[in-house]
Amino acid sequence: MAKILRNGIVLLLLLTAVTGVAYPLAVTAVAAVLFPGQANGSVVERDGKPVGSSLIGQSFTTPGYFWGRPSATTPGPDNAAASTGSNLGPTNPALAEAAKQRIAALRAADPGNAALVPVELVAASASGLDPEISPAAARYQVARVARARGLDVAKVQALVDEHTQQRQLGVLGEPRVNVLALNMALDSVAR
Amino acid sequence: MTANDVFQIGLFLAVLLALVKPVGQYMALVFADEPNRVTRVGAGVERLLYRLAGIRADEDMGWKRYAIAMLVFNVAGLAVVYLLQRTQQWLPLNPQHLAAVAPDSAMNTAISFASNTNWQGYAGESTMSYLTQALGLTVQNFLSAATGIAVLIAIVRGFVRRGASTLGNFWVDMTRATLYVLLPLSVVIALLFVSQGVVQNIAPYLDVTTLEHARQTLPMGPVASQEAIKMLGTNGGGFFNANSAHPFENPTPFSNFVQMLAIFIIPAALCYTFGSMVGDRRQGWAILATMLLLFVPLTLGLVAAEQAGNPAFHGLAVDAQASALQAGGNMEGKETRFGIASSGLFAAITTAASCGAVNAMHDSLTPLGGLVPMWLMQLGEVVFGGVGSGLYGMLAFAVVAVFIAGLMVGRTPEYLGKKIEAHEMKMASLAVLIPCALVVICTAIAVMAPAGVAGVANPGAHGFSEMLYAVTSASNNNGSAFAGLSANTPFWNVLLGICMFLARFPLAIAMLAMAGSLAAKRAVPVSAGTLPTHTPLFVALLACVVIVVGALTFLPALALGPIAEQLMSATGH
Repeated sequence: MAKILRNGIVLLLLLTAVTGVAYPLAVTAVAAVLFPGQANGSVVERDGKPVGSSLIGQSFTTPGYFWGRPSATTPGPDNAAASTGSNLGPTNPALAEAAKQRIAALRAADPGNAALVPVELVAASASGLDPEISPAAARYQVARVARARGLDVAKVQALVDEHTQQRQLGVLGEPRVNVLALNMALDSVAR
Repeated sequence: MTANDVFQIGLFLAVLLALVKPVGQYMALVFADEPNRVTRVGAGVERLLYRLAGIRADEDMGWKRYAIAMLVFNVAGLAVVYLLQRTQQWLPLNPQHLAAVAPDSAMNTAISFASNTNWQGYAGESTMSYLTQALGLTVQNFLSAATGIAVLIAIVRGFVRRGASTLGNFWVDMTRATLYVLLPLSVVIALLFVSQGVVQNIAPYLDVTTLEHARQTLPMGPVASQEAIKMLGTNGGGFFNANSAHPFENPTPFSNFVQMLAIFIIPAALCYTFGSMVGDRRQGWAILATMLLLFVPLTLGLVAAEQAGNPAFHGLAVDAQASALQAGGNMEGKETRFGIASSGLFAAITTAASCGAVNAMHDSLTPLGGLVPMWLMQLGEVVFGGVGSGLYGMLAFAVVAVFIAGLMVGRTPEYLGKKIEAHEMKMASLAVLIPCALVVICTAIAVMAPAGVAGVANPGAHGFSEMLYAVTSASNNNGSAFAGLSANTPFWNVLLGICMFLARFPLAIAMLAMAGSLAAKRAVPVSAGTLPTHTPLFVALLACVVIVVGALTFLPALALGPIAEQLMSATGH
């Protein structure tokens, strides 16, 4: 029994060194050489200052920006230090209530728009940090953004199309638009 | 369902099946008794480790000694994870100055990671230091998975060996599973993840000022390295709270595809390894076919339910139709890049295998969409299941199946040339019944205890589902959750801690005991009365046994949860 204890504890320490120290450090070192941008958070800069990560959603509330997915993080939306979904069940009255409020907010910001609201602008994302919206959700907001910025609708729609990523490798996932990249492109047009 | 939904699922299965043979063959070489071209590569490193630990690699262990070594190793690992959490505030690599984890939560997490469950009552980014994540959690991600593979290999030897008293050497099997299988695959997968955007550093969190001049804190950490083994070892414990839905854990549809493959590849390939070891590959393919027979229809059902959307939105001005411009369907708790197909397939994979990582919030699945993951776990985590543990769970069902077939024709049942007698049946039945009993009894306890009900987040039938899901997940070593449940309380931490421990270790010991007795037997020659166990007939029989046990045990409970909720949802209540 004493022998088994010694075998087990020493082997545990040795394999801890291999899998808990050598392995993560080796991956960190190789990643830093091969993929430095990705390994450090895909940080996006403007005028030399970091303004976010292309992978992490930001909260947009002004009519001149495209808005991202609803976020259930606390205390505020898109809190990157506390990722979470809403975890509201499908029959929870609070879910339908939240949906009604989101529809009302979108309609209030864009009174002339009678189109149905794409579901992704009504339903909270899983992480609370979804950086993307569907092309349908972007299209829904084009008129509002164009009006707020005094831009041509066609020009804004062209920007959306330019920032639309198709399914990866043509098959995987869904078509999507990165909200931060699109909004930064809008800002540079306005300037 | 859309055509693309079906195509993505088909593509995944095709790639998976193409990888089964090469990976399965490789693992058969890793665990072969004689030295070969694979095991010679790392022989030097192995010898060094064994010498330092005082291990005699040529010592063959009986089933009891094998089980004791397995227990000692895992309990020691559990203790290390507990101590790291309790002392992380004094240790290095804690740039966010995170405090010590509370004792009940630390104990729950230690059991959780040592038992390959990786249930998480805590939120990673605000609880665990980088040191705890790397030295405690990442290490157990490897070693709990290696333990599962080792125990499986020992059990298969029980079928292979004749008139023998031993099953192999736990230290050697576990070390080889780590060094030859898990580690090299993890390095490759981790780098694939980083290429897609998974972070990998030991820097402090980064503060940025957003376009609308708000402050945002971007979390960092050695995520990719943990993410790779989290999937490959069917562990499932996320670096961050949102797990594989977090864009820093799973940034693109391609990273998601690799994650899904990483979950299934070892459980699927081990079927081939098993067939190869018992000298009849058809036996392995038959088991794999049974798993697919159960997996595919349930997956299609889950994706169809999610694509159909949530009736609660029907009266509202919402467009949930699938089109070229959006995934549509039930997008609450789902990420845009994954939509319905990549989320639904992931949810089925992570619960069919005992992984428990999530890329969508299961609590927000439609009632029928949520029923599928719950039932996949309740089937005993044998549809692929955990690495190693899924296959030995399925072998327990196979023993029960040949026994039932034997009863029908009045012959002594045999499996793989070994007579199945009273002792084997007792052990196999234990392995089948332990998780079932834990789920039913502990859900009842939770429902009756005020401290249990206090954790529920959603009203009505869905609240019951949250509790049933939690106990099901812990009692089958899965680790996913209906995460609305506030489970980081002493009551839930203790209850689920007990479930996770009992589901993992007594079950493994029962199966080792069965293997010990099988190894001692002589082979019975195949006769006209032998039930062939590689035929479609046996595949159907085995699938039926799994379904009947799962349905009989859990239908009453499911009726009170997801089925009741579906009826309410469909009738507009």
